[in-house]
Amino acid sequence: MIEFHLDARSGVAPYMQLIHQVRQALRLGLLHEGDQLPKVKDVVAGLAINPNTVLKAYRELEYEGLVAARPGIGTFVTGTLDVVPQAAHQPLRRDLQRWLSKARRAGLDDESIEALFASTFRSASEEDIA
Amino acid sequence: MSAVIEADRLGKRYRRQWALSDCTLSIPAGHVVGLVGPNGAGKTTLLNLAVGLLAPDAGTIEVLGGIPAAGRAELSRVGFLAQDSPAYAGLSVADHLELGAHLNRGWDAGLARGRVERLDLDPRQKAGTLSGGQRAQLALTLAIAKRPELLILDEPVASLDPLARREFLQDLMEAAAEQELSVVLSSHLIADLERVCDYLIVLVGSRVRVAGPVEELLATHHRLSGPRRDPATLPDGLEVISASHTDVQTTLLARTSGPVLDPAWTVSQVGLEDLVLAYMSQGAGRRRRDNHHLEVQK
Repeated sequence: MIEFHLDARSGVAPYMQLIHQVRQALRLGLLHEGDQLPKVKDVVAGLAINPNTVLKAYRELEYEGLVAARPGIGTFVTGTLDVVPQAAHQPLRRDLQRWLSKARRAGLDDESIEALFASTFRSASEEDIA
Repeated sequence: MSAVIEADRLGKRYRRQWALSDCTLSIPAGHVVGLVGPNGAGKTTLLNLAVGLLAPDAGTIEVLGGIPAAGRAELSRVGFLAQDSPAYAGLSVADHLELGAHLNRGWDAGLARGRVERLDLDPRQKAGTLSGGQRAQLALTLAIAKRPELLILDEPVASLDPLARREFLQDLMEAAAEQELSVVLSSHLIADLERVCDYLIVLVGSRVRVAGPVEELLATHHRLSGPRRDPATLPDGLEVISASHTDVQTTLLARTSGPVLDPAWTVSQVGLEDLVLAYMSQGAGRRRRDNHHLEVQK
């Protein structure tokens, strides 16, 4: 069973944070098909959040085909997300580090690097959609 | 969905002073509703009218489709936690539960006992010697063990320390999830409300300034900043809630009906707290107008 947490200052809607955490757990192999998600009542009691927030997150996950609700019993994982093998992380991290030192040499400070990354990331995902 | 509380030009007067006047609002069922507003906005008066502790001097109020506290049936459907969670200081925890069992037809003794055990309250302890957090939890126990359809709480956590506050809200949300309660609570603690409420009402000077699902409010309000501009030249579909200007810059908090396309504006999200404060100071009138530069200097 996974446990949720909330970052109140992230600016990300609480139900989205719950969805991210389930997806993350699926990617990292912490959740498998057949596993049960925490009961709505327990999430609500643990985080002191609105029940509708949890219901909305679970509904969305169900819509994505990742989980299914069994009335009266709970919500269970039915789908999978590609688990990113840890081995793939290393070379990517090395590339990123190389790029970071290049950016620093070019005179970019932390803030400019973050801004550049965010805007590139955004336009790349927009192209993916288009 | 039907309304749990429906007020129409509702008013309440103390001697010659109107504590609430011309208040019209509709609170939908199935939500945890946050009621916010400055002191003196009429929140407590409104909630006391809703539970029938006060009778209106003008207008009407209906709760769950009936007159508040009109009879046993009406009383049993509404739970109420008054400000500072009052308890009978000389009575023990067990006495309170017994009292609850005698006074309420639908009393859930198992739920009450279970909660007292889980909270680790000594049944023999006098309520007067409980901590603030324990007293609030006892009051919440009484309010939910009567199994109401609507639970009304007036500033339930204002006097509690952060831990007691979190524990109280955890239990409140658990009850809301389990019993499918509608909840209406007033509070100044917007960070708490952001977690627990999915519907928000801002009340200023007896008037509803804004009301709606929290998510919708957050999605339709934005902060816009750009070169200084005459408020009269703003595009349509933009309702300005608060504006501040310097000689070169204009910053707005606005309600938008669609995306803001003008590239001159930098558009960013607003948090619930800033949103509420903008509506509250809108009601406060002109006294802030001199502080133009405040927002920009921050």
